[in-house]
Amino acid sequence: MKSFTYERVDTPAAATAAFARTPGARFIAGGTNLLDLMKLEIETPPHLIDVSHIALDKIEATPEGGLRIGAMVRNTDLASDARVRRDYGLLTRALVAGASGQLRNKATTAGNLLQRTRCPYFYDTNQPCNKRKPGSGCAAIGGFNRLHAVVGASEACIATHPSDMAVAMRALDATVETVDAGGKARAIPIADFYRAPAKTPHLETVLAPGELITAVTLPRPVGGTHIYHKVRDRASYAFALISVGVIVQRDGTGRVALGGVGYKPWRVEGAEAALPRGARPVVDGLLAGAKTTHENAYKLPLVERTLAGVLAQAKG
Amino acid sequence: MKFDTPATTNPIDQMKVVGKPTNRIEGPLKTTGTATYAYEHHDVAANQAYGYVVGAAIAKGRIASMNLADAQAAPGVIAIVTADNAGKLDKGNFNTAKLLGGPAIDHYHQAIALVVAESFEQARAAASLVRVEYSRSKGSYDLAAALDTAITPPTVFGTAADTSVGDFATAFAATPVQLDARYTTPDHTHAMMEPHASIAAWDGDRLTLWTSNQMIAWSVGDMAKTLGIAKENIRLVSPYIGGGFGGKLFVRTDAVLAALGARAAGRPVKVALPRPLMINNTTHRPATIQRIRIGAAADGKITAIGHESWSGDLPGGGPETAVAQTRLLYAGANRMTAMRLAVLDLPEGNAMRAPGEAPGLMALEIAMDEMAEKLGMDPVAFRVLNDTQVDPEKPERPFSQRRLNECLQTGAEKFGWSKRGKPGATRDGRWLVGMGVAAAFRNNLNAKSAARVRLDKSGTVTVETDMTDIGTGSYTIIAQTAAEMMGVPLDKVVVRLGDSSFPVSAGSGGQWGANSSTAGVYAACAKLRDAVVQRLGLASDAVFADGKVKAGKRSFALGEAAAGGELVAEDMMEYGDLAEKFQQSTFGAHFVEVGVDAMTGEIRVRRMLAVCAAGRILNPKAARSQVIGAMTMGAGSALMEELAVDKRFGFFVNHDLAGYEVPVHADIPHQDVIFLEESDPTTSPMKAKGVGELGICGVAAAVANAVHNATGVRVRNYPVTLDKLLDKLPDSV
Repeated sequence: MKSFTYERVDTPAAATAAFARTPGARFIAGGTNLLDLMKLEIETPPHLIDVSHIALDKIEATPEGGLRIGAMVRNTDLASDARVRRDYGLLTRALVAGASGQLRNKATTAGNLLQRTRCPYFYDTNQPCNKRKPGSGCAAIGGFNRLHAVVGASEACIATHPSDMAVAMRALDATVETVDAGGKARAIPIADFYRAPAKTPHLETVLAPGELITAVTLPRPVGGTHIYHKVRDRASYAFALISVGVIVQRDGTGRVALGGVGYKPWRVEGAEAALPRGARPVVDGLLAGAKTTHENAYKLPLVERTLAGVLAQAKG
Repeated sequence: MKFDTPATTNPIDQMKVVGKPTNRIEGPLKTTGTATYAYEHHDVAANQAYGYVVGAAIAKGRIASMNLADAQAAPGVIAIVTADNAGKLDKGNFNTAKLLGGPAIDHYHQAIALVVAESFEQARAAASLVRVEYSRSKGSYDLAAALDTAITPPTVFGTAADTSVGDFATAFAATPVQLDARYTTPDHTHAMMEPHASIAAWDGDRLTLWTSNQMIAWSVGDMAKTLGIAKENIRLVSPYIGGGFGGKLFVRTDAVLAALGARAAGRPVKVALPRPLMINNTTHRPATIQRIRIGAAADGKITAIGHESWSGDLPGGGPETAVAQTRLLYAGANRMTAMRLAVLDLPEGNAMRAPGEAPGLMALEIAMDEMAEKLGMDPVAFRVLNDTQVDPEKPERPFSQRRLNECLQTGAEKFGWSKRGKPGATRDGRWLVGMGVAAAFRNNLNAKSAARVRLDKSGTVTVETDMTDIGTGSYTIIAQTAAEMMGVPLDKVVVRLGDSSFPVSAGSGGQWGANSSTAGVYAACAKLRDAVVQRLGLASDAVFADGKVKAGKRSFALGEAAAGGELVAEDMMEYGDLAEKFQQSTFGAHFVEVGVDAMTGEIRVRRMLAVCAAGRILNPKAARSQVIGAMTMGAGSALMEELAVDKRFGFFVNHDLAGYEVPVHADIPHQDVIFLEESDPTTSPMKAKGVGELGICGVAAAVANAVHNATGVRVRNYPVTLDKLLDKLPDSV
């Protein structure tokens, strides 16, 4: 770990102002990922701006009938909120499928979205990794990649995004609210939040340097049956091989988002029209253009089979 | 004391204290965080500095250059140790690769430097400033690709790599029912909770090392050899060990570099291996490729059994002895085993819980399931039919005790084995449900073991031996032994372990620790009893009970014998040839029920049962904990544990506990253990054996067999993960 300086701020404006003063700084909230990365020198910020005391820890009803979740709301609190459990069950189920109780107590809503990949080559600073060290190459391509992406990957990077929560947010059409260094606020649909790796896998989101997430907003509840099925080798405390989040209505229509298959929670709205016809036609559209390795090719049938199981479960 | 004839009645047979499921006597220290582990001896030596290990970034090659300038200039740095400035170092007898590499690099994350600084954070930060240029050499990292180059090792632990009885080839060819199958087991890491850690302090030319080590005397010897100093000048202290599983049998980098760092810094230095370094820096259980051939008559009697195993290791290393149990487990007149060893430039392969037996039975016990299926026999009945009460290679040599059949039959009854359906036929909602069985089999080993016992005037008995407690219960069973021998309650016994200034014990490994170390305590206590009787002027048949010594009408409080000064007795238990006359082994049967999600292929253990016959159980609670821990580890090796080898760069990629998954609570919903009543007079006066390794033997195969029973899919390559099932599962829920 490199030595770093630290300050605590109380408002979003103070946070972005602090960033402007200290180039290369990182915001820290729960720290459940960033501190690990700093110990291994995968991240080496000279300065940390602790945003965890900013009063963005409320979950409030919006005039549109949805919920506005403060960026600092802890995963545990979000998962157990009565409104979330009632109207956005997919979100609760995805959250409790992730990490452990202790980690969920620390992890925040904004931080969860900004988790970095768990690719083991990203974590080993002796190995080439374009995400960690642009231009150094990708050791996962041609290496151990059983856990890696099957859609949206590039010649430079086949890492996946590890979040369960983000999968639910994607299915729920969440919007990420931010404020930038100039004090300007914007709202980014989660569909547009993550950047494809292309040739620059180190750039993972559309956030500008110093832009701070202030909230994640959920639109009006859409009803339906909410199921999140996370598939993994061990029963708990493991990242997804793949995960399937669905919201299915009584008429068989609905939404599907996937985790563990790409650099972002994966959803293709155009494929969802096929839902009443079952898993296969949906997956044909959802995973169109998939590219697999000999180690991760199982993910394609696994997605289809898991979706089929989930749809059967939704029918009851 | 020499143990060379089977035990007759002795004080242990009273079983007033021994054999009781007492809580661990050191348990409160552990649950309150006051048991001092290696890295936590903050007050034993003043002014401790912190060392941080730099591991090699390549698997094979040379250090072309090493620039220490930036690291030396970093805040707080006191010293940097490298092969260039460490002086002449030898290699320990138990080490295959050097513990401080350079300029030649033998494996990934081999230590190449230790940075010593005022704080841990400073040492870690400076370690990343050590600039190293490497020149890579081509290495061999792929066992399957190296099979053609594998050699026949001249000997393996003193026996031939190949064994043969009868005429296997001819007999096998003639059998009506045959199996010829290939199995693979991956590399495993011990993944114990406490990392390797040491604090070293020099006083002139005398070194004290507080460390985490299973084998104190071995390690004093290897430290002395490595550093080129006299054994007498080394004291090694290891009172509590947060798990070892064979990973701490030997001196490792932390110990050697702490000693070198302390010498260079001129003050005590502590070193712990960071988790991401441990897996490639230290030892692991090597992967195997195994071929098993079994031929049986139509009635199910095995007439030919052959087991071959290939594994790899660094130059100078040894094979994984995966075929050893096949020589003894089942009957059959025609038999062969063979081990082949390839050179691999991966980190050093070495012992991990039930080395040889665990991966060997992972394969053999699937093969037995497959044979039973081919024969149309129940897998329990097939094993029972092929039981042997004698060493199949030397029929004149009986097992001292062998109740494998009773383990199998008892387990079958308790587990509800009769409800097992045909493969793929049992459903519970979306779950395909199956049951599997496997034999557990691990030999008993005895090692000479010494102890010193002291009696003071309060009647307190203090035991001192360099035996270790790696989380197994050694403290408690030693206290129980001394209490039984001296006729005192458990709270009048103090046990001090893990210090090289104490008499040399068997140590903890190969499940020999429980029986051997308590036998050593038995010997020392027998001597102390003689001293007590003599001091009190009693007849030699005096009875030690209830804190008193009684002979005829005379009775003394035990402490009275020490009224004039502490009584001290020391003795060692040594062994004659009973282990040659009798094959001493431990037996068990594992029963497992799994559910497999019909759609996703997710495999979840639903319940597990082990039935064990392992001699006298010295403490059923501690033994049960050993076995359920081993069953858990076996479930891990069945379903998830695999070090992923990068065959281009030559290292284990998933080198932390996020990437190398071991079971969590949710994976292990229900376990039970039954110990058959037993005592084996040929093993020692304790009549005990061990269970720590027996517990893992066969578990993984029982899981794999249960998966087969659930799904009809036979997976022969561990771990049994869902990607190996998917294309053979039903098409709909």
